[in-house]
Amino acid sequence: MADNIIEIKDLYRYFGKVKALDGVSLNVKRGSVVVVIGPSGSGKSTMLRCINHLEVPTSGEVWIDGVCLESKHEKLDNIRADIGMVFQLFNLFPHLTALENITMAQKAVRKRSEAEAREIALQKLERVGILEKADVYPDNLSGGQQQRVAIARALAMDPKIMLFDEPTSALDPEMIKEVLDVMLDLAEEGMTMVVVTHEMSFARAAADEIIFMDEGKIVEQTTPDGLFNNPQHERTKLFLSQILD
Amino acid sequence: MGDLYHSQKQFDPPEEIVDESQIKTWRSHPWWLYLLIVILIATAVGIYTQENLQEAFMFIIRGIGVTVIIAIVSYLIAILLGLLTGLGRISRNVFVNNIATFYVEFLRGIPMRVLIFFIALVGVPVVVDWMNALGIPIENKDIPMEARAVIALSVTYGAFLAEIFRAGIQSIGRGQMEAARSLGMSFGKAMRYVILPQAVRNVLPALGNDFVAMVKDSSLVSLLAVGDITYMAKVYSGSTFRFREAYTILSLSYLTMTVVLSRIMNRIEKRMRTDGR
Repeated sequence: MADNIIEIKDLYRYFGKVKALDGVSLNVKRGSVVVVIGPSGSGKSTMLRCINHLEVPTSGEVWIDGVCLESKHEKLDNIRADIGMVFQLFNLFPHLTALENITMAQKAVRKRSEAEAREIALQKLERVGILEKADVYPDNLSGGQQQRVAIARALAMDPKIMLFDEPTSALDPEMIKEVLDVMLDLAEEGMTMVVVTHEMSFARAAADEIIFMDEGKIVEQTTPDGLFNNPQHERTKLFLSQILD
Repeated sequence: MGDLYHSQKQFDPPEEIVDESQIKTWRSHPWWLYLLIVILIATAVGIYTQENLQEAFMFIIRGIGVTVIIAIVSYLIAILLGLLTGLGRISRNVFVNNIATFYVEFLRGIPMRVLIFFIALVGVPVVVDWMNALGIPIENKDIPMEARAVIALSVTYGAFLAEIFRAGIQSIGRGQMEAARSLGMSFGKAMRYVILPQAVRNVLPALGNDFVAMVKDSSLVSLLAVGDITYMAKVYSGSTFRFREAYTILSLSYLTMTVVLSRIMNRIEKRMRTDGR
């Protein structure tokens, strides 16, 4: 077993003539929490989406647990099932209850029985603290509750890695904490996490490494301590001064 | 132009705000429907009491089975065709996409009554020739006009329904597909379990509308001498010269079917809206 569960090698992604990713390389150690920050349009989300090939890179390689992802890879679906993803806009399935949201992929992908999927789903719902909302449809849940269902949905697949794409950016301020608390718990339990966020409190508390990106490049890769107390690059200092006051 | 903005400020709200949907006032009654029902009842009485009307009714109504069966069967096939074609229209496969688009554009550009003739009298014989060339023994006379009528209607409506399904699928946000794929579902599974259930629910009213339209357009099969109610009315009036009776009965027969159907659709739609899902 390789020590690095994610290896990103020289990733480029163009949207037409726009260069969203400009030669990004990054290794993520098993069990570590990597927080990605940077101004909007810096390529953070694109990089995250390349990790499970929701976005197919123009060139470069992504290795997950020793397997190189290819878009035509027959096992791509299996690899994706091992990588949980949480979206900014939750993306729950509105025609299904919270519980059904969590059981569906378990049955369709993991081939679990209804009873087994249900049991796991209830377990995950309890874990994110909204067991009582099992039979509620997403439209009748608050943003924070929806995002917690989305996290439970991803966790029910027993992922090796969890990706978070600005999970609290669409939430009202009072709901941010309930989602961050769930994420902090996960981090503490040793889940490998890559988190794109603007929540510096989360970065400070949970990150093993912080990546600062700008214009499609990784500008700085350091520890929370190094970032907040001793940023190396002018661009990083400027960004921090803008968000930390 | 500036007045446009000011006009809103000057708008006075109505003095008493009443939620009319909650109160059954004389305004909210479907008077048009009552009028229709009165006409239908009057006609029913007429059929009962007047021999001429009764004779026309008994003759024409013999085609009702054909009308209903052709409409339903054609619609079911059209749904299948439409769904497949709709998926083809959003496919990234160039070949599949172009075939589907060709089908839709070809059929949309020809009047329906011309299409009925074209499919029954050109399309079917051509396909029969092809099958013969492939060594499948089949003759044109093996395919009755009833079957050709169903083929013609379902192929025509398949193209309409394809656009409905395409729009329905495209109305579902990208995030749904992404969430499904991120959970490891294949494109097909994501379509089946996530996208289509939502898309079909969204287009159900449009599908209902098109079924009503199909019932009406099924009258075109009379062009192929298929014995539906329109054809029966034609035959009856042709031999008795009682055009007035024949076409009164015929019109009201269609009206009865379509009004009943759209009422049912309305119910279903309303129930879905209050359920929220």
